[in-house]
Amino acid sequence: MVESLSLILRGLQTTVSLTIFSLTLALVVSFLAGLGRLSKNSAVRAAAIAYIEFFRGTSLFVQLFWAFYVLPFMGVELSPMQAAVLALGFNYGAYGAEVVRASINAIGRDQWEGCVALNLNYFQRLRHVIIPQAIVIMLPPFGNLAVTLLKSTAIASLIALPDLTYQAQLVRNQTGQTLLPFAIIMIIYFAISTFLKSGIQLAERRLGADRTQPARSA
Amino acid sequence: MEWNWAFAFAILPRLLEGAKITIVATFLGFLIAIVIGLAIALGRRSQQAWIARSVGLCADFIRGTPLLVQLYVLFFVLPNIGIVLSPLTAGVIGLGLHNATYIAEVYRAGIESISRGQWEASKACNLSIGQTWRHIIIPQAIPPMVPALANYLIAMFKETPLLSAITVYEIMGEALGAASRTYQYLEPVTMVGGFFLIISLVCAYLARVLEERVRIYQ
Repeated sequence: MVESLSLILRGLQTTVSLTIFSLTLALVVSFLAGLGRLSKNSAVRAAAIAYIEFFRGTSLFVQLFWAFYVLPFMGVELSPMQAAVLALGFNYGAYGAEVVRASINAIGRDQWEGCVALNLNYFQRLRHVIIPQAIVIMLPPFGNLAVTLLKSTAIASLIALPDLTYQAQLVRNQTGQTLLPFAIIMIIYFAISTFLKSGIQLAERRLGADRTQPARSA
Repeated sequence: MEWNWAFAFAILPRLLEGAKITIVATFLGFLIAIVIGLAIALGRRSQQAWIARSVGLCADFIRGTPLLVQLYVLFFVLPNIGIVLSPLTAGVIGLGLHNATYIAEVYRAGIESISRGQWEASKACNLSIGQTWRHIIIPQAIPPMVPALANYLIAMFKETPLLSAITVYEIMGEALGAASRTYQYLEPVTMVGGFFLIISLVCAYLARVLEERVRIYQ
């Protein structure tokens, strides 16, 4: 029992780091692809669209197996953790890019025109005017994506990454118990996703409190 | 590494067999999801506080834990209490139940989008509860739900490769089987990716057409 628990706790560590790394990668990629999707340069726009459609269209599961089993044949040897972070980061980055695009589009033209009038350059516009307002709109969908990403980390167990799910399977194989390991990890997953959700809600309240929601003209 | 066409053609028939299972599993899962989703949505609206609360808690728990772990529970834990499910049955139930909790939210949003005035007017017209639902609420609530339901259908389709983890020989299971027999991963995994990409792009296009239709209808 104690041994089983310590195995599962070691899995928890892996799941948490995998979630943090892939969330970070997904966030960076979301902004790059989301802003690329809105670029005036048609080549950049096409590249962003191709990336988004490709990663949303081919199942995450396929991407993970591709990263782990096919890339080594092309000379790119990845550890299970690296393959999982890449697949999760790029897959959720594609969904996140659409969130970024939609949120930025929701900011009225007047804000952009105001920036032009103030002679701000592109990065100043985004940094000081557009993104601070868009982020309030982005938070709820980003929160949902973060919870979904956490749940998806379980599939990394299938490429032998020793995360919660993998360790639970290990306990099942070693002890023959089935209900206990799975019940424990389900409660842990549920606790982490509840924690993520309440964190996002707190951020929403903080950011929403001192910034009035931009008027969404129909 | 070289793409081996002969091998690709050799495994094509088995992949197509798998594709059939994938499609069957998606539709059966969707059927379960829309039925159980309705039950959850109605349960959450129940006048009896304890029903509403326990249904809500169960739904939140299912939504907060990974589908893969739920599949393991259905497949490995249930036999302990005498319920032995075939891999495909367990997979379809798991897929349906997991997505039912999301689809319940679609129903909820659809029902709540009907203004109070409609309910009050129905009462004023002396319609029974059953008549109000059948003639007033449901006909108005369904059209806005259709695009969201279509999106969940596509999302479920992309989740079906997970079923290979409980030995369902859908397309990914067939591909991994072929790959592990020959140690050639490039062709099978890439072909599965291509299969998902093509169907997803077609479905995304159809969903857009559907959304336009619904907008015109409204």
